[in-house]
Amino acid sequence: MGRIQLKSVTKSFGDVQVIPPLDLTIEDGEFTVFVGPSGCGKSTLLRLIAGLEDITSGQIEIDGADATEVPPAKRGLAMVFQSYALYPHMSVRKNIAFPLRMAKLEQAEIDSRVEGAAQVLNLTDYLDRRPGQLSGGQRQRVAIGRAIVREPAAFLFDEPLSNLDAALRVGMRLEISELHKRLKTTMIYVTHDQVEAMTMADKIVVLQAGVIEQVGSPLELYHNPRNEFVAGFIGSPKMNFIKGDEAKKHGATTVGIRPEHCDVSKSEGLWKGVVGVSEHLGSDTFIHVHETGLADMLTVRVTGDISANHGDTIFISPQTDQLHRFDAQGLRMP
Amino acid sequence: MATQHSRSAARLMMAPAVILLLGWMLVPLTMTLYFSFKKYLPLRGGDLGWVGFENYVRFVSSSAFWPAVQATLVIVGGVLLITVVLGILLAMLLDQPMWGQGVVRILVIAPFFVMPTVSALVWKNMFMDPVNGLLAHLWRFFGAEPISWLSEASMTSIIMIVSWQWLPFATLILLTAIQSLDSEQLEAAEMDGASPLNRFWHIILPHLSRAITIVILIQTIFLLSIFAEIFVTTGGAFGTRTLTYLIFQRVLESQNVGLGSAGGVYAIILANIVAIFLMRIVGKNLDA
Ligand SMILES: Nc1ncnc2c1ncn2[C@@H]1O[C@H](COP(=O)(O)OP(=O)(O)OP(=O)(O)O)[C@@H](O)[C@H]1O
Ligand SMILES: [Mg+2]
Repeated sequence: MGRIQLKSVTKSFGDVQVIPPLDLTIEDGEFTVFVGPSGCGKSTLLRLIAGLEDITSGQIEIDGADATEVPPAKRGLAMVFQSYALYPHMSVRKNIAFPLRMAKLEQAEIDSRVEGAAQVLNLTDYLDRRPGQLSGGQRQRVAIGRAIVREPAAFLFDEPLSNLDAALRVGMRLEISELHKRLKTTMIYVTHDQVEAMTMADKIVVLQAGVIEQVGSPLELYHNPRNEFVAGFIGSPKMNFIKGDEAKKHGATTVGIRPEHCDVSKSEGLWKGVVGVSEHLGSDTFIHVHETGLADMLTVRVTGDISANHGDTIFISPQTDQLHRFDAQGLRMP
Repeated sequence: MATQHSRSAARLMMAPAVILLLGWMLVPLTMTLYFSFKKYLPLRGGDLGWVGFENYVRFVSSSAFWPAVQATLVIVGGVLLITVVLGILLAMLLDQPMWGQGVVRILVIAPFFVMPTVSALVWKNMFMDPVNGLLAHLWRFFGAEPISWLSEASMTSIIMIVSWQWLPFATLILLTAIQSLDSEQLEAAEMDGASPLNRFWHIILPHLSRAITIVILIQTIFLLSIFAEIFVTTGGAFGTRTLTYLIFQRVLESQNVGLGSAGGVYAIILANIVAIFLMRIVGKNLDA
């Protein structure tokens, strides 16, 4: 069980209000990702849920019971920190067993749970090492192990993968998703990496300056962003935004078109521009197009091989049904 | 210092300092050794020739020797215990965010800047004086008979004075150690259900073990040779005669340089035994 409900929660540090009144419900078993730019209050929100920070006003309910005043240890949540926060003087075994020892479980029970967690996380060979003798990915797994042995109502992850290299990050991402499928426990995952958000989440919460911009499934956010911010934040590379006359033609203040929704031709098209940098990723090529007279730069995706050299003239035609229109307030128009 | 040339240049330039330091150590050490094998009574005939190990035998068989060793160890042990325990508590207190933190920290560190002689005199006359001392007033305020600290509780008094002097040092080292503790570790322990006491025991104390080792090692080295605090308070009476003080008495009060030098050699041996002992017990913390 792990249904978490925030009711008009606010948080201020001194005079600065970091989280304005915020309502959010996280359903039992859901994998929820908080995503947003640096400093938008993701960690703060997670720490409020964990109980490591006191909320300034509002209410937090866990499984329907008011948990606002409940100390962190009693909330039944487990947290995985960005720095892993392993206990350096304890072996991996002792690290994982620590929450169980604190809960005064029987030694036999502790042993079997630690062994179980080690098996799940491929840590069996490392149980007697110190954290200092492990690689980044192994430390991460120990931190997760320490969280899962408690069998918590929900897991809280604060950017757990940001200290890992790219390849390991992809691997751990899969392992965490796998773990979620197996345990079916509520997970709240903080990241500023929208790829992590898109690939892992059941539900994404996009935050900006402590305000929830939109809540929805990854594809919902991709196809129907509520406003310009979400449209720009979700999707990689970023959506192209065009203002001015071209937008007015569509009856909007701004129009947005994703790089993957542009047709590219060397001979004809709606918009004409000059090729800048081309980023070849193998399967796709992203071409930066300048001097279109629409925006500083447009990014377009080209699949397969295309020979577009720096300085070549190129034509872009947006797929009109994929065009997003935004009004003066930045809200998406239907 | 990669090339042969720069290495030898470096050696050459370090040489004066090394030679000076070596001389600084070796000259007194050799002289001590030299005198310890002589009968040398400056006011009673001067150099009376070689006597072999007689001084060594006499120093140990004197009835004052073992009590002096004991007094030394009691003072060192007592001060270490008090400074480490109180140092940890104070460091944790000072680590809390509070109003006037800067001033409080300076106040805590202040005793370290007071010369040993001065602080001992202040304690002797201001606090421990059985008639006019503050402690005497306090005792009388509660209707108790004032204690004449330095004669009735001489050992306790000395340990108190020396602890007061060394507490700032311990606190300072332990405070910097506590400040280097990753706060996420404490938060993780809190979420893992550790009570404040458990967090102290399982997280903070192990984190401090290295700093505690350093405090113990450094303090032991200095405490083995405390002198001024005893000289200006009890003058070695009432069972507070440490090994250092005994040597002082042999050389200057009995004017027996040979006997004192033999005592000095024993003190060196004792210091080394303690050092090896400490290294064994706590030294493994340093290379972990
Ligand atoms: N203890 C604190 N005291 C004062 N301000 C704080 C404190 N902790 C965080 N803040 C402020 O709250 C805001 C949100 O911080 P938070 O750590 O939640 O950001 P974040 O979204 O996690 O960013 P990042 O992606 O960089 O980790 C920031 O503007 C930060 O300066
Ligand atoms: Mg953060």
